[in-house]
Amino acid sequence: MKLKGAQIFFECLKKEGVEVVFGFPGGAVLDIYHEMAEHDIRHILVRHEQGAAHMADGYARASGRVGVCLVTSGPGATNTVTGIATAYMDSVPMVIFTGQVPTPLIGDDAFQEVDIVGITRPCTKHSYLVRDVNDLARVIKEAFYLARTGRPGPVLVDLPKDVIQAEADFKYPKKVDLPGYRPTVEAHAGQIKKACQLIAKAKSPVIFAGGGIITSESSEELTRFARLIQAPVTCSLLGLGGYPATAEGGKRPDPLWLGMPGMHGTYQANMALSHADAILAVGARFDDRVTGKISTFAPKAWIIHVDIDPTSISKNVEVDVPIVGDCKNALQQFIEVFEKEPIPRLTEIRAPWLGQISEWANDHPLTYTPSQEMIKPQYVIEKIHELAGERAIITTEVGQHQMWTAQFYKFDRPRTLLTSGGLGTMGYGFPAAIGAQVAFPDRLVIDVAGDGSIQMNIQELCTAVCNKIPVKVVIINNTYLGLPRQWQELFYEKNYMGSCMEGSPDFVKLAEAYGAVGLRAERPEQVEEVLRKGFSIDAPVFMDFMVAAEENVYPIVPPGKSITDMLLT
Amino acid sequence: MIVTNDKRYTIGVLVQNVPGVLARIVGLFSGRGYNIETVTAAETNEEGFTRITLVTTGDERVLAQIVKQLNKLVNVIKVFDFSETEFIDREMALIKVRAEEQTRAEVLRIVDIFRAKVVDVSPHFYTLEVTGNEGKLSAIIELLDQIGIAEMARTGKAALARSKK
Repeated sequence: MKLKGAQIFFECLKKEGVEVVFGFPGGAVLDIYHEMAEHDIRHILVRHEQGAAHMADGYARASGRVGVCLVTSGPGATNTVTGIATAYMDSVPMVIFTGQVPTPLIGDDAFQEVDIVGITRPCTKHSYLVRDVNDLARVIKEAFYLARTGRPGPVLVDLPKDVIQAEADFKYPKKVDLPGYRPTVEAHAGQIKKACQLIAKAKSPVIFAGGGIITSESSEELTRFARLIQAPVTCSLLGLGGYPATAEGGKRPDPLWLGMPGMHGTYQANMALSHADAILAVGARFDDRVTGKISTFAPKAWIIHVDIDPTSISKNVEVDVPIVGDCKNALQQFIEVFEKEPIPRLTEIRAPWLGQISEWANDHPLTYTPSQEMIKPQYVIEKIHELAGERAIITTEVGQHQMWTAQFYKFDRPRTLLTSGGLGTMGYGFPAAIGAQVAFPDRLVIDVAGDGSIQMNIQELCTAVCNKIPVKVVIINNTYLGLPRQWQELFYEKNYMGSCMEGSPDFVKLAEAYGAVGLRAERPEQVEEVLRKGFSIDAPVFMDFMVAAEENVYPIVPPGKSITDMLLT
Repeated sequence: MIVTNDKRYTIGVLVQNVPGVLARIVGLFSGRGYNIETVTAAETNEEGFTRITLVTTGDERVLAQIVKQLNKLVNVIKVFDFSETEFIDREMALIKVRAEEQTRAEVLRIVDIFRAKVVDVSPHFYTLEVTGNEGKLSAIIELLDQIGIAEMARTGKAALARSKK
């Protein structure tokens, strides 16, 4: 029996186990929308296509499944570009379906025509323009396969209107045939052996874990291995939650946990990397925000680097033992080696190094000056952590509040922090929280936002209200674009050009106007009460915290400096 | 003067012949700031596959990244890094050179020496076809330039690894 392209589209989604599509209709995709009612797939109608892309991203990061969005041609497609680039930089599995003008019109500057495959070529893992309905099922199969395997990423499928109107026999391919795409999953045993020799000899090793730990679901292996060889662990922003920050149910910090490294990293993490004699990097990519000045990064260390993407290895930092493969596979091999042959006198060998690290940690812990008068943003984050519970999912926008969240919220579990690390997309956190809440309706999902960032996709409050998605938004409101203002204070003679956000709307009234709940705290003693109340409401809530306006994020490594050159206060 | 370790590298890329594949490769180079000196692309003996030869400049690290980034593209089947193997490369040029009464003999002598061919003749110009490696082409272009080149089109390099002996 022949099916229409639009029907084939849904049959394929069903085969891929897609339960929800984040979308916005338009002329080029109305055939798909017309067909939608016949299928058991949830559609979340967004208010801006960028929101759809971030929601699919948040859904994917929280659940590990492929996020899907569906938008029309032209502006519908271009509006997703920031969302696609965000997902690409952070390796998030997503499939983006865009409508396209009918194939005979392509290239004629037709109404709402844009070369979205061309526009997104540098920020997708792969992309397709489907020219023949007979290719549709194969392309969708490949798109999902590419999105979720290897180093995951967004894949775009452009669907011309005549293709989804045309008919073809539907047969979902059993296998994909991509001769140019064979990611190396199994880490090379010889390289593992070389790495193990270095690790066994190391006196002051550090494990540096990135987002690959989360993607490959290997936080258990990471934790086991770190304890097995008694190596301290630091996680990049995207790796947070990959290793537990606390031990004994949050009573004390995990003894091997260093915190995040880099520009706003902890003193001990940056010092440990700089004094280590061996660094085992797993699923991290040595981003410039982590390394600081590259020529002085980790001067004493042998560097072992595990990554499924060979281009990440020796791109920024020269690597001594490259290991291409899945983090989980490599860590399992490491564990096997050291369980069979434990490092002799391990406690004794490691004592001076771990002692040195706790000295660093005690010398300069993460800290801030508490206040009775003003709400300190760090205090709000600590309180969120205290009240939210270990199953809560935190998303952030980008800026000071994001860094304070990374520093003061103690992430113990993978997939509990969703944040735009690579692209640094303001406006990510709110729609991402909506996506995460769709994946986990019963968990507490909190977007930690700034008063600047939240305004970048605030229209999605309507999406949350209309679809009864009870996300909580904590606005750290300092009436500034905090990080630009901090840089202007420190490096640009306090010239606060463009970074003042005075004149923002009343977020409480705005929430109410959308049919959500708005709450506000202006004094420190109101913080806990507002959070408790906000978290207990089964509806979208905006909580506006009027915080100390000129609070800075410390430590900070000034741009271009070595990570040991931290300004601590 | 800035001292660099930049060298010229020749890279072969076997790709699936699908729409946009050349754009993906060229876009990779421009987007990541790599140089392209020459690029040639044409079908191979196997249906559905295109062979691209690129000449680029950079240091060893850049070359390593280029090879890895090319391999990462889904439509790329294989990358041949000729910095590690012996290879044969050839390029073809069509050169329209001034051929007046007093220079015609000289042009023909050069054609002979370089085993080039005259492929078009007009009252004032000869058009030559020359094939060779980079050195040979530069040499003949330099000689003809003294006589007067009116126009020139070069194909860019095509390269294959030498068979193992």
